[in-house]
Amino acid sequence: MILIHCPYCDEKRAELEFAYAGQAHIARPLDPSTLSDEEWETYLFIRNNPRGRHHERWRHIHGCGRFFNAVRDTVTDKFETTYKAGEPRK
Amino acid sequence: MTRFSALSLFTKALGGHQGWPEQWPDAAPKPAYDAIIVGGGGHGLGAAYYLAKKYGITNVAVIEKGWIGGGNTGRNTTIIRSNYLYDESAHLYDHAVKLWDGLSQELNYNTMYSKRGVMMLAHNVHDVQSFKRHIHANRLNGVDNEWLTPEEAKAYCPPLNISPDARHPVLGAALQRRGGTARHDTVAWGYARAAAALGVDIIQNCAVTGIRRGTDGAIEGVETTRGYIASKRVGVSAAGNTSVIMQMAGLDFPLESYPLQALVSEPVKPVFPCVVMSNTVHAYMSQSDKGELVIGAGTDQYVSYSQRGALHIVEHTLAAICEIFPIFRRMRMLRTWGGIVDVTPDRSPILGKTPVQGLYVNCGWGTGGFKATPGAGDLLAYTMAKDEPHRINAPFNLDRFRNGRLIDEAAAAAVAH
Repeated sequence: MILIHCPYCDEKRAELEFAYAGQAHIARPLDPSTLSDEEWETYLFIRNNPRGRHHERWRHIHGCGRFFNAVRDTVTDKFETTYKAGEPRK
Repeated sequence: MTRFSALSLFTKALGGHQGWPEQWPDAAPKPAYDAIIVGGGGHGLGAAYYLAKKYGITNVAVIEKGWIGGGNTGRNTTIIRSNYLYDESAHLYDHAVKLWDGLSQELNYNTMYSKRGVMMLAHNVHDVQSFKRHIHANRLNGVDNEWLTPEEAKAYCPPLNISPDARHPVLGAALQRRGGTARHDTVAWGYARAAAALGVDIIQNCAVTGIRRGTDGAIEGVETTRGYIASKRVGVSAAGNTSVIMQMAGLDFPLESYPLQALVSEPVKPVFPCVVMSNTVHAYMSQSDKGELVIGAGTDQYVSYSQRGALHIVEHTLAAICEIFPIFRRMRMLRTWGGIVDVTPDRSPILGKTPVQGLYVNCGWGTGGFKATPGAGDLLAYTMAKDEPHRINAPFNLDRFRNGRLIDEAAAAAVAH
């Protein structure tokens, strides 16, 4: 089990307290009706899935309940950093 | 290649089994091939075999970054079944189950396919309704699947706890009698040996580092750790690493890779006659011919290439197994491991052409690719040989994520893979 630092609680807690919420920094379309099929495909389905540095969202679901972003290496599973939602991509 | 037979076994036994030749040569890459398969698992080796056998394309290389069958082919829980809900899936998986029949004879290699039946337990009203819907859908597609009462399920699998007081009460079960298990390693070895005998080069310890495309965008070849290999046709069958390979060709894929764990117990005498799956509480179990209980756990929640998962996933599965099969409470577990599975948004595979001319893909099998091994190999070979998908794999194209024709087994409730 991995330990995750919640940037709101400012504490390292066990993974069981957290829910993974997929790739980070995917912006919801501002004007959905103007999107082409290709843009919908990219927004809904295409994911980076890198071997290495990955930006992802987590939610401290059994803690403060808030969403935050993280950078994690997908080969070692080690977290590089976690930061609050709304902060720029690290 | 020595043909295996009762006579050859007997004669070699007289010499203390010292006289067996190597089963296939360890090939070095040639400068060019008619077709290249990236990924030396069961699917990729199967594709190479069928390319040579059915379509006469024998100048083929299978390139594998590790050793053949060392990825998910050697890490799964060896379950074979085809009781999927949607027509497209039922046809796809049943195509594979039909090929499992007779595979040992075809390859002259014992894959130990055992039709011991796959029983899926229903624990609540929703499960009962969903499984009965599956059974009816399967029957319409010619796939065997039948409903068992709790007593019938207990008779089929005696270690099952059907007490109404159980934490996970058994309200019935769906049984596919043609389902079962096979020895996963022998599937890779059997295909490798049969493909090599037809002229296919099996190249291990050769990782793809780049994909070269011509000025017209079409595939020209692959860069590897053992040099450049030219080919106008490249089939990628790389499971969890598909996204990484596709990035080399400049393609973004609708895939996410997750660790999936499995474990085995100490070996015991035959006690567990079939495969039991309990999707609701996430417990899958069968007994190998060696006597180990083979248990499938779940995926971790996050994207990873680590090939190992967290302990709480295993604990969750074992807790369920101890409840459903109290007989196993004192069993000791010997080994756990993880494999990286590539999961699509609709939990159905992608098998067909890509936007790049000459580049074909077989991926997205997620947590259930082993059962499809012969079918996936056969269909990838067809697609590469004809440059168009077979009607069985045509619906499993990449375009479905754009045009919305998803094959949403993920939404077909209570379907684990």
